Amino acid sequence: MEGRGHSVCSAYALTVMERSENMMRWLNQGRNRALVFQVALMLGTMLFFFLIGANALSNLEQQGITSGFAFLSQKAGFGIIQTLIDYNESSTYGRTFLVGLLNTILVSALGIIGATVLGFIVGIARISSNWLIAKLAALYIEIFRNLPLLLQVFFWYFAVLRSLPLPRNSLHIGDWIFLNIRGVYMPRPLPDLGFTLLVIGFFTSLVAIGILFFWARKYQEKTGKELPVFPLSLAILVVPIMIIWCTTGGPLHWEYPSLQGLNFKGGMTVIPELAALLLALTVYTASFIAEIVRSGIQSVNHAQTEAARALGLAQRKILRLVVIPQAMRVVIPQMTSQYLNLIKNSSLAAAIGYPDLVAVFAGTSLNQTGQAIEIIAMTMAVYLTLNLTTSWLMNKYNARVLLQEL
Amino acid sequence: MAVVHTPHPDLPPPMISVGVVGWLRRNLFSTPLNSLFTLGSLYLLYLVVPPMVNWALLDADWAGTSREACSGEGACWVFVRLRFLHFMVGFYPESELWRPVVVFGLAGLLLLYLLLKKLPYKSYVAGFGILVFPFIAFFLFYGGLFGLPVVETHQWGGLMLTLILSTVGMLFAMPLGTLLALGRRSSMAIPRGLSVVFIELWRGVPLITVLFMSSVLLPLFMPEGVRLDKLLRALIGISLFQSAYMAEVIRSGLQSVPHGQYEAADALGLSYWKAMLLIILPQALKNVIPGIVNTFIALFKDTTLVLIIGLFDLLATVQASFTDSKWLGFSAEGYIFAGFVYWLFCFSMSRYSQYLEKKLHTGH
Repeated sequence: MEGRGHSVCSAYALTVMERSENMMRWLNQGRNRALVFQVALMLGTMLFFFLIGANALSNLEQQGITSGFAFLSQKAGFGIIQTLIDYNESSTYGRTFLVGLLNTILVSALGIIGATVLGFIVGIARISSNWLIAKLAALYIEIFRNLPLLLQVFFWYFAVLRSLPLPRNSLHIGDWIFLNIRGVYMPRPLPDLGFTLLVIGFFTSLVAIGILFFWARKYQEKTGKELPVFPLSLAILVVPIMIIWCTTGGPLHWEYPSLQGLNFKGGMTVIPELAALLLALTVYTASFIAEIVRSGIQSVNHAQTEAARALGLAQRKILRLVVIPQAMRVVIPQMTSQYLNLIKNSSLAAAIGYPDLVAVFAGTSLNQTGQAIEIIAMTMAVYLTLNLTTSWLMNKYNARVLLQEL
Repeated sequence: MAVVHTPHPDLPPPMISVGVVGWLRRNLFSTPLNSLFTLGSLYLLYLVVPPMVNWALLDADWAGTSREACSGEGACWVFVRLRFLHFMVGFYPESELWRPVVVFGLAGLLLLYLLLKKLPYKSYVAGFGILVFPFIAFFLFYGGLFGLPVVETHQWGGLMLTLILSTVGMLFAMPLGTLLALGRRSSMAIPRGLSVVFIELWRGVPLITVLFMSSVLLPLFMPEGVRLDKLLRALIGISLFQSAYMAEVIRSGLQSVPHGQYEAADALGLSYWKAMLLIILPQALKNVIPGIVNTFIALFKDTTLVLIIGLFDLLATVQASFTDSKWLGFSAEGYIFAGFVYWLFCFSMSRYSQYLEKKLHTGH
């Protein structure tokens, strides 16, 4: 009896072992193991999202918050100090989102332009043959690259702009630009009727210059002769505009800011929050761009410059036709990531109260409505879209300047 | 009769092209435009430097214990001197001050041991530093064991908090980033897809929104009754954010390992993990040490953002001290001090990374 039971047991054990051996053999095949692993990973991820989703739903229910995007059409009820579109306290949260988004785009676009210009200047100064200029540029780069951006924003805002004089003692450049604790005041252009003509003339000139470029290249390819493109296009740009300006008698007037009572009226105002943020973003990002420009120019093999010189090209042409196109290949991808950083860094606005997307939407609106998930998802989606669009555009440009190898 | 030709000895170079004069002519006044630039920058330096030196050093007030000591024209360093301890450790109780001192002293010694050349048992020391030391540091900071009084995390602050945030963020981001980088280069579709989405999502949004998310959304995602410490929430956000950046750095390292190495590992019959851990990752990580140091510098600067969610790191402590009604109007001094501390850390790290880059750049 005992022996029989034992043999049944052992037979059973054998089949189990066989089965598990089969199983092991099946698992030992790389493809099958990968399948099991991927299914497990997928299920794990789904379980994770299911759990946090369930938690979030029960937590929201407890706090009495109904999820959804209905809040976007509710009245926001707070004012914003800088709006590029019409906005007042009775506008909706959807409008608030739009105002914040536009302010983010404004500061990012201005910052990108400023940082590129300053970065190129400093980067070229960094490799200047003038010892003093090169050292000053290096000093600039090493100082501003190694300080946290938020510290720089605070410094410009609290230590510099907040300690400017009151409006009545403004610092000023002539009667045009005034600088005080409330911001920067500049003349505002007021276009008259004839101004439309001027704009039309300007764009027509631009089109004409485009055609000239195209035609000059064709001409050079055919005959080998170069046309004086630069002076010609300058003439096309300036002459018609001067004629229109004189015949219409100057269709542009300026509205100057002037001190009335305790504050300035008229003109254009740059609020100190925008000025501080823009200054910090420009100065900080320019220090990175300068290094990129330097490394790009230095990456061009010296033999290229020598070969160009041997062909008898002038110094300016060596730069324009040989060095810069090759340096661009190194510069563009890194520049793209700096632009993306700048867009993301513009969210530091929230720290000094510049009304960007994070400050007015992920800040004030979130506090008032409590719709945390929707608002943070929307904010993140905006930055993701801005980033992906910029990197897509820059990638397209990069593909054009990339080395065409066969 | 042989004529021996002895050339006349070379004339010395003209006075004007050697020595100080020659250097000046070559480097500062080589062309009229360059001369103009030189003079312009000299004038600019003359406008900026003497007043700054006067303000920061010559006319500055150093001694004293109160606001009245700062009457002069210059900077008031008394303000910074009196608050130095607060800037370093925040509201950490003064009676327990030896604890952070011990932790940072020990950390400094560990780092020194690892950075000095040719010392024995480096791998053991590194292992201790990564696996054991964080726990020691935590128990010393927090207390609660062996009769040490508990110091709650909201009392932690200043430079101490900045260092905690950046090193802990880094400590978690390294393994997570490595996994993500391996996932992104995997041949399996699902790990690759998940890694790509994770990396691009975190890299596409600003750190502020990540911190907002971790401070507002994380509590929502937790089961009822679970409460996360504010510092812990910030650390989770920072670690996730940083791991995405780390993953991209490590991925570039993985790409730099020649394909032959992968094939050789396969030929030896090593499993995937053995091949990665023994062959590929050691080479990949070594290649990207400078990149890792650079992301650490970026993280170190980015930790300042935690002030937006109400944590008091170095910058936030300095910023908060300006609201003291007894010491109004010394923001410039505070920012310059904080800036100096940040700059010292970042600059020395970036110099170290450049040195490594040169050292590791062998061959070719």
